[in-house]
Amino acid sequence: MAIHEVRAMMPGIFYRKPSPDDPSYKEAGDSVAKGDVIGLIEVMKSFHEVVADADGTITSFQADNEEAIMPGQVLAEIEV
Amino acid sequence: MSLTKILIANRGEIAVRIIRAAQELGLKTVQVYSAADETSLAVQLADEAVEIGPPVAKKSYLDVAAVLAAADKTGADAIHPGYGFLAENAEFADAVAAAGISFVGPSGDVIRRMGDKASARKAAKEAGVPTVPGSDGVIGDLTEACALAQQIGFPVMIKATAGGGGRGIRIANSAEEFMTLAPQASSEASAAFGDGGLYLEKVIERARHIEVQILGDGENFIHCFERECSLQRRRQKVWEEAPSAALTPDVRERLCASAVALAAAVKYCGAGTIEYLYDDISGDFYFIEMNTRIQVEHPVTESITGIDLLAEMIKVADGQPLSIRQEDVSFRGHAIEVRINAEDPAANFMPFPGVVGDLRVPGGPGVRFDHMLYQGYQIPPFYDSLLGKLIVNADTREKAIIRLKRAIGELGLGDLKTTAPLFTALAETPDVLSGSVHTKWLEPWLEANSDKLSGH
Repeated sequence: MAIHEVRAMMPGIFYRKPSPDDPSYKEAGDSVAKGDVIGLIEVMKSFHEVVADADGTITSFQADNEEAIMPGQVLAEIEV
Repeated sequence: MSLTKILIANRGEIAVRIIRAAQELGLKTVQVYSAADETSLAVQLADEAVEIGPPVAKKSYLDVAAVLAAADKTGADAIHPGYGFLAENAEFADAVAAAGISFVGPSGDVIRRMGDKASARKAAKEAGVPTVPGSDGVIGDLTEACALAQQIGFPVMIKATAGGGGRGIRIANSAEEFMTLAPQASSEASAAFGDGGLYLEKVIERARHIEVQILGDGENFIHCFERECSLQRRRQKVWEEAPSAALTPDVRERLCASAVALAAAVKYCGAGTIEYLYDDISGDFYFIEMNTRIQVEHPVTESITGIDLLAEMIKVADGQPLSIRQEDVSFRGHAIEVRINAEDPAANFMPFPGVVGDLRVPGGPGVRFDHMLYQGYQIPPFYDSLLGKLIVNADTREKAIIRLKRAIGELGLGDLKTTAPLFTALAETPDVLSGSVHTKWLEPWLEANSDKLSGH
């Protein structure tokens, strides 16, 4: 099994849930399909969806909710 | 001045502006900053700087305990909140006062009263300030409501009290339409929100956004004339002017007097702004809300009146009376401010948190550039996109627009994408030149003129 890395396409704040009161989009262990939303990046008060770019199972998140992230940083790993 | 040291609980261009005002008043300055702002211009300009947390604002600039701890550690005896962040947080104002520190702004009670839409509307009504005509609360009987709608004058907006996202809103142009649409709006609202309650509001078409700058020391209240901010994108102002070219002297006098009446009614202390919708066709103005803080666009008022609004705020927080009386306030010429944001107007205003390249700052007569920039500065992606404000003033509005175009031409930021090209394009647009704009003007114009928005 190969590990696929989901990377940040822009700098900002990474969120794992749509709003503070909602549950996370995905948890480690969840299966995902290409195109599924797994988080948000807030850059200068505008929000951009982070989508899984492979089918498989999320093995881990590499960035925490509300963590400051840089472009190219690994956000999650998917076992494909 | 009994104050000695002021802490700036903000960042960016407004932090720089506050530091400058404080230094001119002989105050020491303390800049708090998040880990992402260690390299900021404000941190470099302040006498002292204290890191208060990680980049995410909730854990730094919005952390009341961290800000107060920094004030305690540095011995600051005043806190200026700027705009945004904690500026209109009544609990923060209370906590600052409870710590024995002067809050540069009104009391928590005044912030609370004017921050709530319903109580602010009530305060405005009581002070004799016109509010948008509508029903007092939820409408009951349909026939009675229709009579009220006729009294308000069609078109009338039917809104769901539990509404949001445009659902449950209908616009009725006549009594017949009203009787058909109101039940539809009610059932839609009921299905969407579980509450079919409706209220009525007059539709104000082609409204301009006009706001009055006020100053108060708790006993004396003055206005510093109005600003017009009708050019907005997604409810964000992008271009602001003073005075408004749309007002006659008579309307201006009544508008400004109403703002002073409201400031006096709440015994206002500090700088504040009272926002109105202005109906071009009828010449009527209506209170929308009050902002109990300094605003981004304050420099246009400073430009035409010569008043240093930041200095007045700090002096009032020191317990001094206002240094100017109403009869001393006059305005001269015309000022325009445009917001230079780190956004790419050619790519649907996508945020562009890049590095400042070969920085060229516009200058010459009638040009002011309030900003947070220096060459090589990496703009943090975590906060809003405002980099600076280019302000021009001249004898007339026409000359101010010419000066604006000239000044934008001088502005250089290397490869950084900013909103600057938008303003060059707007300065050449007939509706802007003639001032024939309203709050819904800019967005359709942007859609039709996207080809004019790429830089060079």
